[in-house]
Amino acid sequence: MSERKATIASRVGLHARPAGIFAAAVGELPVDVTIAMEDDPAEDAMDAASILSLMALGAGNGDVVVLRAEGEGADQALDSLVKILETDLDAE
Amino acid sequence: MSTSTRALTFTGVGVSPGRITGAVRQMPKPVSEPPKGERLPHNLSADDAVVKLRAAAKSVQADLNRRAGSAQGAGKAVLEATALMAADPLLIKAAVKLVNSGSSPERAIWESGASVAEMLHNLGGYMAERATDVLDVRARIVAELRGEPAPGIPVVDEPFVLVAEDLAPADTATLDPTKVTALVTSGGGPQSHTAIIARALGLPAVVAAEGVDGIADGTEVFVDGAAGSIHVDPTDDDRAAAVAWAKTAATLAVFGGTGVTSDGHRVQLLSNVGGAKDAIAAAKAGAEGVGLLRTEFLFLGRDSEPSVDEQVEAYRGVFDAFPGKKVVIRTLDAGADKPLPFLTDASEPNPALGVRGYRTDWTSPGVLERQLSAIATAADGSEADIWVMAPMIATSEEAEHFAGMCATAGLKTPGVMVEVPSAALMAREILDEVDFVSLGTNDLTQYAMAADRQLAPLAALNSPWQPAVLRLIRITVEGADSHESHKPVGVCGEAASDPALAVVLVGIGVATLSMTARSLSAVGAVLASVTLEETRELAQLALSARSAGEARDAVRARLPILEELGL
Repeated sequence: MSERKATIASRVGLHARPAGIFAAAVGELPVDVTIAMEDDPAEDAMDAASILSLMALGAGNGDVVVLRAEGEGADQALDSLVKILETDLDAE
Repeated sequence: MSTSTRALTFTGVGVSPGRITGAVRQMPKPVSEPPKGERLPHNLSADDAVVKLRAAAKSVQADLNRRAGSAQGAGKAVLEATALMAADPLLIKAAVKLVNSGSSPERAIWESGASVAEMLHNLGGYMAERATDVLDVRARIVAELRGEPAPGIPVVDEPFVLVAEDLAPADTATLDPTKVTALVTSGGGPQSHTAIIARALGLPAVVAAEGVDGIADGTEVFVDGAAGSIHVDPTDDDRAAAVAWAKTAATLAVFGGTGVTSDGHRVQLLSNVGGAKDAIAAAKAGAEGVGLLRTEFLFLGRDSEPSVDEQVEAYRGVFDAFPGKKVVIRTLDAGADKPLPFLTDASEPNPALGVRGYRTDWTSPGVLERQLSAIATAADGSEADIWVMAPMIATSEEAEHFAGMCATAGLKTPGVMVEVPSAALMAREILDEVDFVSLGTNDLTQYAMAADRQLAPLAALNSPWQPAVLRLIRITVEGADSHESHKPVGVCGEAASDPALAVVLVGIGVATLSMTARSLSAVGAVLASVTLEETRELAQLALSARSAGEARDAVRARLPILEELGL
């Protein structure tokens, strides 16, 4: 199991357009990725490819989330996702 | 059957003039809820049902993505996000679970969508707004599973006449005026959203035309938005009328920018606007100012009040379109058909008679005060002449209180709407407190006639031609005239956009008319064809009529220019 922490950079949090971009990126990866708030237990983690789950997670600007994935390519996949979360997607 | 026989004619209420021929497209009926407890059919295994469900979701997603590809701006982003939801793992997984326990795929996605929407709703704020998108996606998947057309305005390449039961405010966003050439509804009334949308877009429209739901897709029809009629299989005469209208419409598209009768009596022709974009378009169309700036655009669809800074910026965008001109801004008119979660109580049994408009200041004090302060700040740096008015005023005490709030905020021209019959009757006393009144004929009609303006069966009662409504308008003008300072009475309801009725209002003594920018040229043209004395005679005819129909017919018969222009 690989694990990464990321701080949400988008000003509106992980909602709307940023959530859409992130969910679409997860969907294209070869591994299943879960997402949870930093202090939440791993079993409460949600499917990171689901825009609805991301919206329900309600991660705001500056919140820390934990990404988890297993299997081949997991580390690379998580690194690419951390980069997305730590970019202010609204600024583009 | 001979070719000259008229196959079929439908009659309704004409709400926006224009004559066109075109092919009909029916708006699909809303997707019905799959029955509770609906099980898998015997010939369908759970595994096959899951495959079907996933395929339907993917197909809806592909369709939404295709539409996003040809959309622009905010609409594109919404469609892209909705497309992602269509095949969302959270939504689909819950539905698959239900199918595996024996539910039909239609019922499964229905329930799964409901619980996701509820979850988003409970999160509040932006998420709560997205709950509607989930319900839309759910309906699309159910329609796809059933092989029914997707809900909403049909997306086709050829222009068409849209036939629907009624249009909702949300349909405005997806209505493409380059594709839809006319609107025909079996429901709705003259004040319905369909009528308002049609006038704003300049589309011919007929509402409350019983039986039109039965016209098959692709049928050629002639629509006359002034007469309120729809002919199936247009005759040569119909086609000639449509060609003539196209020419008239081109000349009517231009307004000289000054409202005046043939003998030089000035009547300011202003525009109703709902934001900066509207205001810029209205200025371009020659409006002499804004007679009604609806501020709801800033508040609707949100669950909290916009900040003062945000409001200042939005108001200034409108003010800047009219330097040196008058802009009448109406304070927030929430409630009834425009509910706001942070201001109005959705559980009221009778919202049209409830805490709405100015009255929300009693239950949620502060919102109005902050809005007035935002208006004052925006007015401060602006070259426009800013007037402020409150909606739903019933008594002179309310007018006095509102005027006091305006003075505190530093706003110098306070006024009120006359929509409640009591305000019309008390116009003189109300004008002791404020500097002007503006008649909101849509609400004044529904309250005078005790007829909900959204209900099709009451469409005839809701005509602003009702002599009772015209007499209330006259009483308002008399109240103002008995006042030594002759404070102005304006009209900002849909009545002002009907050229024949506009002339009557001028004859009654109304000083300014405010309407959707599309109507300025038609109203201006008809007004310029009559003298002030003639408007007074026409007003007398309408006021003394026994019914709305008689009033309208008597006035129209004396205005041959209407027939010439196809209005």
